[in-house]
Amino acid sequence: MSEQTSGHRTLAVRESSARADAPAAIEARDFNFYYGDFRALEQITMLAPRHQITALIGPSGAGKSTLLRAMNRMHDETPGVSSDGQLLLEGADINGFSDLIDLRKRVGMIFQRPNPFPMSIFDNVAYGLRLKSQGAKKGVIAEQVEQALRGAAIWDEVKDKLQQSGLALSGGQQQRLCIARAIAVEPEVLLMDEPCAALDPIATLKIEELMGELEERYTIVIVTHNLQQAGRVSDQTVFLSMNPETRAGFVVEVGPTQQIFTNPKDDRTLAYISGRFG
Amino acid sequence: MRLRQGIVAQSIFFTAAAIVALSTAALLLFTGSRGLAVFGYMNPAEFFLSGSWNQNDENFGVLPLLAGSLLTVGLALLISGPLALGVSIFMVEIAPEPVRRVMRTVVELFAALPSVIYGLLGLTLVVPWVRESFGGGLGKGILAASIVLVFMTQPTIVSIAEDALRALPESLREGALAVGATRWQMIWRVLLPAARPGLITAVVLGTGRAVGETIAVQMVIGNITSRMPKSLLTGATTMPAAIVTQLPEATSPEHRAALIMVAFLLLVITFSLIAAVRAAGSRGKARPTTRRRPSPAAQTAAVKGGD
Ligand SMILES: Nc1ncnc2c1ncn2[C@@H]1O[C@H](COP(=O)(O)OP(=O)(O)O)[C@@H](O)[C@H]1O
Ligand SMILES: [Mg+2]
Repeated sequence: MSEQTSGHRTLAVRESSARADAPAAIEARDFNFYYGDFRALEQITMLAPRHQITALIGPSGAGKSTLLRAMNRMHDETPGVSSDGQLLLEGADINGFSDLIDLRKRVGMIFQRPNPFPMSIFDNVAYGLRLKSQGAKKGVIAEQVEQALRGAAIWDEVKDKLQQSGLALSGGQQQRLCIARAIAVEPEVLLMDEPCAALDPIATLKIEELMGELEERYTIVIVTHNLQQAGRVSDQTVFLSMNPETRAGFVVEVGPTQQIFTNPKDDRTLAYISGRFG
Repeated sequence: MRLRQGIVAQSIFFTAAAIVALSTAALLLFTGSRGLAVFGYMNPAEFFLSGSWNQNDENFGVLPLLAGSLLTVGLALLISGPLALGVSIFMVEIAPEPVRRVMRTVVELFAALPSVIYGLLGLTLVVPWVRESFGGGLGKGILAASIVLVFMTQPTIVSIAEDALRALPESLREGALAVGATRWQMIWRVLLPAARPGLITAVVLGTGRAVGETIAVQMVIGNITSRMPKSLLTGATTMPAAIVTQLPEATSPEHRAALIMVAFLLLVITFSLIAAVRAAGSRGKARPTTRRRPSPAAQTAAVKGGD
């Protein structure tokens, strides 16, 4: 972390490991998304480089969640949605995946409210594993569960009560359990939609630290309304805004987080960032 | 002013609660004391263990009635429970909105049909069908009664199970889908376990409706009390069917007392079922993060559905 001063604002922005030449895990090119007749996303072009954290920021209703959910086709259950343009996972069209299950295993998701299943801590994490490899040996599953719980930095807290209900954990622990559940199936990309919005500051800090560790193995795309958080955790930032007339969300500016926060190229980015920090 | 209103509302509430409690106690006391009088005429062992209920030789063994109720209700629930579960899963998770609305209306219609209509349909459709398909006898019996009860319990179970599934937070579905579950894996391994307390409530209240059902069952079961049920196809009876058939013609005090004792047993069974529902409900409450108890309104509607 380094303290950077920009005007009257003081803002912590992490030393960026961003490399402009990193290959994209997820990339959007002129991507449009519609709820029925309503265009929620307009000509979105951005990329999420491999093994980096990309933050989606912008005002409420700008379409951050919509864009994130398009990345593992959570919208498939919603009637009346459509899209055009390109949205790619490692160069392959996400909407062209014939096997939705396969896509969701490669692109995991963490939600705003922790949503553990009403079953034991162990079974929560084993759930995806059992789906993935039915008939897998018990010992193998147990080992992978432990690995995932360690990976989500919650193993020490739950190792003695793996058979207790996941719902009995605190909110922050539940969210890390959900992260364990997601990484257990070894995805390439983790999508996080305001993962700390329901958590207290200490639990939030734990998740942020965890994200730094996860970055080594996964590509992370995070939606956050908390600019300090975006500054602390992300390498890249995508600033989305809303067309005041059509209410369609569009990309104002994409760049390394450090540059977006300290030296934005677009006046609208500057206005948003100084407005939120002022 | 506020305070005054509060006091008025509170005293109305307490009065109502007291009336309910008192009348329940009176009901139990009345049937209990009048029914227990039967043991002045015969010893309890005879009443509970004799396999014959025959007013002509003043022999009142409750077993044929109990067995008839148990078999009829058991068989009905065996079919009705899984069927209703399937219907409610279809309504909540699979059917598009217009289809769901139509089904909902059908369920409400089924719930509103008077018992005697079910009995009539049973008599004109189910009984002849049983007679022709399984041969022998009149077709009246436990099987026919169970089939009628399958239809009668559907609305109760479906509406409560549907509420229970619908009350599951959307995040649970998304969580399962997001780790790569298919829709069936999501339903089977996540939604059904999560909704279990509500689903148990649904089945138990359906059981309550089946246990207490009188007219429709009486019309199709053949009303044979004098012996234990021999098969699913021959005439039998249930506890409420026996009461409604025999009470008008019960002239001896012994016969009347025996029938009232059966009514008392029926009350005890019904109260036990309600206690079971409460137990299932409070187990659901112990886990605050998932909302999944059926709405109180749905429970009340289901209870009212019985007759
Ligand atoms: N299921 C939906 N059906 C119709 N419109 C929706 C739906 N979900 C979101 N929207 C609309 O799409 C726009 C973007 O929403 P969202 O992606 O949730 O924004 P954000 O996450 O940036 O706050 C909003 O105008 C919202 O009202
Ligand atoms: Mg959002």
